[in-house]
Amino acid sequence: MNVAIALPIVLPLAGAAVCLGLGRWPLLRRALSVTVLTATVLASISLLVRVADGSVIALGAGGWEPTVGITLVADTFSAIMLTVSSLMLLAVLLFAIGSERTDDTVSPFHAVYLILAAGVSASFLTGDLFNLFVAFEITLTASYVLITFGGSRLQVRHGMSYVVISLLASTLFITAIGLVYAATGTVNMAELAIRLAEVDPGLRNALGILFLVVFGVKAAIFPLFFWLPDSYPAAASPVTAIFAGLLTKVGVYAIIRSQTLLFPSDGPSTLLLAVSGLTMIVGVLGAIAQDDVKRILSFHIISQIGYMIFGLGLFTVAGLAATVFYVVHHIIIKTTLFLVGGLIEERTGTAALSKLGGMLHASPLLATLFLLPALSLAGIPPLSGFVAKLTLIQSGLEIGANLTVGVAILVSLLTLFSMTKIWAGVFWGTATEEPPRPVGLERNQTRNPRLMVWATSALVVAGLAFVVAAAPLYELGLNAAETLVDPSAYVRAVMNS
Amino acid sequence: MTIVLVLTVTALYGIGSYLLMQRNLSRIVIGLAMLGHGANLLLLQAGGSAGRAPLVDVGSGPASDPLPQALALTAIVITFGVSAYLLTMAYRNWLMTDTDEVEDDVEDRRIAEMAATRIERQDDSGLLSEDDLAQHETRT
Repeated sequence: MNVAIALPIVLPLAGAAVCLGLGRWPLLRRALSVTVLTATVLASISLLVRVADGSVIALGAGGWEPTVGITLVADTFSAIMLTVSSLMLLAVLLFAIGSERTDDTVSPFHAVYLILAAGVSASFLTGDLFNLFVAFEITLTASYVLITFGGSRLQVRHGMSYVVISLLASTLFITAIGLVYAATGTVNMAELAIRLAEVDPGLRNALGILFLVVFGVKAAIFPLFFWLPDSYPAAASPVTAIFAGLLTKVGVYAIIRSQTLLFPSDGPSTLLLAVSGLTMIVGVLGAIAQDDVKRILSFHIISQIGYMIFGLGLFTVAGLAATVFYVVHHIIIKTTLFLVGGLIEERTGTAALSKLGGMLHASPLLATLFLLPALSLAGIPPLSGFVAKLTLIQSGLEIGANLTVGVAILVSLLTLFSMTKIWAGVFWGTATEEPPRPVGLERNQTRNPRLMVWATSALVVAGLAFVVAAAPLYELGLNAAETLVDPSAYVRAVMNS
Repeated sequence: MTIVLVLTVTALYGIGSYLLMQRNLSRIVIGLAMLGHGANLLLLQAGGSAGRAPLVDVGSGPASDPLPQALALTAIVITFGVSAYLLTMAYRNWLMTDTDEVEDDVEDRRIAEMAATRIERQDDSGLLSEDDLAQHETRT
C-alpha cells in the first residue's frame, strides 16, 4: 500500500485539472477544492499514523528501481510537515472562499491554489534532488500567479522582485545539482548520502554551503531575506497568509533535509548557529521599524526562521525535535496572525498602524483572535510559543551554545515589544481617520465575512489545542529527529523499496 | 568535456549576472535567460564527455550519459515557461507605469527618510516628497 504516499500530490493536481474545466460553475468549483483538500488532509494523517513510530516508507514510482526512477519517501518529519501544511491549506481556502465575491465566475484562483498544494506536498515527499527542484518550481510558479492576482501596480512591482529572486535561486539550484551530479553521479538523496561521504571533504563542504545558499533564499535566512518583507504584504490576505505559513517553511524543510541527510555534521555547526542568531536579531529589528501590520508580521517570519535554524545547528536529537516542534507551532501561529491581519484590513480598509485605532471596542472578537497567537509568538506561557522556545533553549544550553541562547531570549522580548506595538496601534486609542466600517456592509454584499472569521477562529483554537497535546507531539518530534540524526533507516528504506 | 563549453558556461554566467544587476526589467529578463542557459550547459557537462547515443544500440564505444540531458530538458521547459510569465509581468508593468525601471520600495524609502534629517526636504534630493507619500497612502 505504499502507493498511498503519492496521494497528497496526485489528489490536488487532479483536482486542479478538473477545477479549470468548471469555469462556469463557481459553487461547484468551491465544493470540489474543499473536498480535494479535505481528502488530502485525510491522506496526510493516515500517512503520519503509519510513520509516527519513526519508520520510513518509500515508493519507486512506476515500478522503477529507486535509484533510477522517481522516488517518493515519507518519514516522520515529512509526514508531520505534510499534515500541518494540508490543514493550513484547507483553513486558508475556507478564508479565501469567504473573502471571494460569489459572482466571480472566471477566477482561476482555486485551480492555482490546488497546484500550490500539490507542489508543497511534492517538496515534502520527494526523495530525489532534481524532483525537489521540480516540486519547488511547481510551488513557485503557482505562487507567482497568486502573488500578482489582483494585477494592481503595487502587486506587479512587488511580484516582479519576488519572481526575479526566486528564479535566480532556482538557477543556482540547477547549478548545485549539476555540480553534485558531476561529483557523485547520482541525484537520488539516499544514494547521495552514501556517495557524498566518500567525496573529498573540501568539495563536500563547498557543495553543502551552495545548497545552504540555494535553500536559504527560499527560507529567507540572514543575509538572504531582503525580498520577503518587500513582496509578501502586497498580495491578497489569504495568499499572504498561506505564503507566510508554508513557503518559507518548505525552504526550511529543504535546509534541514539536506544538512542532515546529505551533509551531516559531527557536532554543533558554528556557521548555522551564527546564521540563526543573526537571522533572529535582524528580523526582529526590522519588524520594530515598520508601520504596517502585514510588514511587521513579515519581518517576524524572518526572525522566527532563525529559531528553526538554531535547533538544526545544534545537531542533536533534542535540538532537532525542538526545531520540528517549533516549525509546526510557527506554521499555525503565523498563518493565524496573517488571517487576523486580513480581517483587520477587511474591516477598516487599511493595515497601517498610524491610521488604525480603537478596534478593541469596535470588535472585541478580533482583539481576542489577535491577542492569543500574538502572545504565543512572543513565547508567553502557557501558549505554544513558550513550549517551543523552552525546548529549543533547553537543548541549546545542553550543548553550551550560550551566546545564541542569549540572543534567542532577547529576540523573544523584542517580539513581545513589537506585538505590543501592533496592539497599541490597532486596538487601543481612537481611530485617527474615519471610524471602522462594520463587517459585511461594504463595497459588495456578495462576500461572506462570517466564514473568514470562522476559519480564523478555528486556527486560533488549533493553536491552543497544540499546547494541550504538547507532550505527545514532542514525542512525535523526537521520533522525527532520531530519523534525521541517524539517516540509516531512510537510506535503507529507499534502497530496498 | 571541452574547453569551449567551459568558456561558454563562464561567459553566460558572467553576462547573466551583470544584466541581472541592471535597473531595466527587460535586461533583467534577458540576464535570467542567460543564467538559465549557462546552468543547462553546466548540467550537460556534468554528464562527462560525449559518446554514442545512449539506449539505442548503434556504433561502438562508451555511450553518453542520458540523465543530465533529461534533466537539462526539464530545466529548459521550466525556464521557458517562467521567462514567458516574467515577460508578461514586465509588459504589464510597462503598461501601467510607462517605465521599464525597477522602482524603489516606498516603505523602505519612508524609513530611510525617517532616519535622515526631517528638517528640510529639498525637491531635488531624490527623496520622497509629501505628494508621493500621500499617493502611497491612498493606495494602501
